[in-house]
Amino acid sequence: MAEPTRMFTDRYGLKDSHTLAVAEQAGAYAQARRVMTTMTPDAIKAEVKAANIRGRGGAGFPAGMKWGFLPPKSEKPVYLVINADEGEPGTFKDRTIMELDPHRLLEGCMMAMFAIGAHVTYIYVRCELVTSIKRLEQGIRDLRAKGYLGARPFGVNHPLEIHVHPGAGAYICGEETALLNSLEGMRGEPRLKPPFPAVAGAFGMPTIVNNVETIASVPDILKMGGAAWSNLSRLPNDGGTRLYGLSGHVKKPGIWEAPVGLTLREMIYDFGGGPLDEKRPIKGVIPGGSSTPILRPSDVVNAPDDKHPMFKWHGKSHLDVPMGVDTMRGLGTMLGTNCATVLDSSVNMVEAARNLMRFYHHESCGQCTPCREGTGWLAEVCDRLCEGKGTVADVDLLVDISNNMMGNTICALADGTAMPMLAFVRKYREEFLDAAKNGVRGRLDAAVAASLTGASGLSGRTL
Amino acid sequence: MTFTLTPEREKQADDLLGRYPTKRAACIPLLHLCQEQNGWVSDEVIEYVANRLSLPTSQVKGVVTFYTMFHQKPVAPNVVWVCRTLMCEVRGAKVIQEHLEKKFGCHVGETSQDGKFTLLKAECLAACGQAPMLQLNGEFHENLTTDAVDKVIDAAAAETPAQAVTKAVSGHG
Ligand SMILES: Cc1cc2nc3c(=O)[nH]c(=O)nc-3n(C[C@H](O)[C@H](O)[C@H](O)COP(=O)(O)O)c2cc1C
Ligand code: SF4
Ligand code: FES
Repeated sequence: MAEPTRMFTDRYGLKDSHTLAVAEQAGAYAQARRVMTTMTPDAIKAEVKAANIRGRGGAGFPAGMKWGFLPPKSEKPVYLVINADEGEPGTFKDRTIMELDPHRLLEGCMMAMFAIGAHVTYIYVRCELVTSIKRLEQGIRDLRAKGYLGARPFGVNHPLEIHVHPGAGAYICGEETALLNSLEGMRGEPRLKPPFPAVAGAFGMPTIVNNVETIASVPDILKMGGAAWSNLSRLPNDGGTRLYGLSGHVKKPGIWEAPVGLTLREMIYDFGGGPLDEKRPIKGVIPGGSSTPILRPSDVVNAPDDKHPMFKWHGKSHLDVPMGVDTMRGLGTMLGTNCATVLDSSVNMVEAARNLMRFYHHESCGQCTPCREGTGWLAEVCDRLCEGKGTVADVDLLVDISNNMMGNTICALADGTAMPMLAFVRKYREEFLDAAKNGVRGRLDAAVAASLTGASGLSGRTL
Repeated sequence: MTFTLTPEREKQADDLLGRYPTKRAACIPLLHLCQEQNGWVSDEVIEYVANRLSLPTSQVKGVVTFYTMFHQKPVAPNVVWVCRTLMCEVRGAKVIQEHLEKKFGCHVGETSQDGKFTLLKAECLAACGQAPMLQLNGEFHENLTTDAVDKVIDAAAAETPAQAVTKAVSGHG
């Protein structure tokens, strides 16, 4: 039975864990002090590279490699920008870091700034996360008062400053270039790449954009050494431990830490207590946020050739494949944010798709025609099908629209809409065809509605 | 009528401007500061922010209309956001929404009969593991039941002074 790890999360349970006094007592800033006073920036970067840490924000890009894209010996100021926009449906991990251990992130920012030659960090937090913002701001004030931020942190001649920048409610600002526009005081519209942020990012300057969890992992990486930290993982080229999130139809939804490479089944059964109701089997699992295509427990890996990267799991259920950036790609989906959602047999997948397509339609920034129109059409066709006004041709129309959205846009929101839509139709086609004939009756909350009226409630697990 | 910040907030605005290499970057935080004082982003607020940051008002307006958290019309003293996204919906978000609509005597997007609450639908608020959830005046309430909803709403209603209610209602007129 898989057990959660307590390393990255070792301060989560402490009383007042968000305060500097408690966090420091429990080890915070020991690494920042040691690293900044005894190591060179290049040596730090080498450890992060050896750690094989894949970005925790969704795309899974190796952080060490990204840091290497900065122009060497930049004449211009370099910025570190933390992506704390956490808006991908199903994802609720970065909020736990900022609320329960903001000093892990702040310490990571200090170490990362020192390594990449930056003096200023902007933490872009979605403004709805009021407690996260308050705790980060308090943390920053306390660090300034102690001299850990300011002109000479730990007596080192490398001035450091961190600012919290609130968003204003727009999912698209999680996309790194939209985030930069938003940080600069503009509408959160993604920019064409190249140039990449490492070359021309915030205020036109070289910028590293990393997710909250990515940077909050830096203290552990330097504490253990990159190679040792990497080896905590069960998979190659995808190091460390990370946060796992679970929502939907399970007994105990929540957040846990575990090595990279846990299987979905381990997370669902060992951590989440299994399906909410044993009588309703799991119908699908969205592995890492709503933009990642859904997996069916009944599907098995088909890779009989021993040279195939997925050969090791040939014949196994998709739920029994370790969760990693590359392995999930091998299943035709994505690891995304590593926060999974379980949907049981009470869920009509047409209705589920409709909910998500409405989300994407609402969140498209509207710059690209295929995305602006495509998300709207997908939502409309799903509506039609659910309301019994659709036709069989509409099912193929969903596929056509999705195919036309992919690869034709400024940012990945369009692909992140089309890919899950295609998976819904391909894997639950019968249900879409049935909706075309009969519409959808019943509701997505059929399984739980009765238990919410009154005081009883579900078995929600708080941190 | 022109809009001005209180002297205390004016100091906060100075501090915000000091954080960035450009004035313009302070736009969103400054709008938040104004909304905190004014309750919503009026044309006067937009004018003020544009002047303070030396930007054309059209640019500030473009920012305001892009983001959902800036209220472009007056709202009640209490704002309730109910998450509607899939992870919440499969765990009962609609039950919560319908309960609130009945309780308030209004639909989503509107203000309650007594003028104390504006009810809005939110997209995923990063609390999916504690679904269903709502946010009331910035605070998260998670793992909701209808009883739990009654408790938080009734407590907020009791704390809302009658005067503020009249003001918000007349503001809508
Ligand atoms: C539509 C869209 C939304 C995104 N939202 C987030 C987000 O909320 N948080 C995040 O860290 N990354 C998000 N990303 C990914 C970022 O663009 C970027 O890859 C990430 O911040 C890089 O950090 P990492 O390498 O540490 O993962 C989003 C991407 C897209 C296309
Ligand atoms: S793909 Fe969609 S969200 Fe991304 S830039 Fe184009 S219109 Fe905007
Ligand atoms: S879906 Fe409601 S908080 Fe994420």
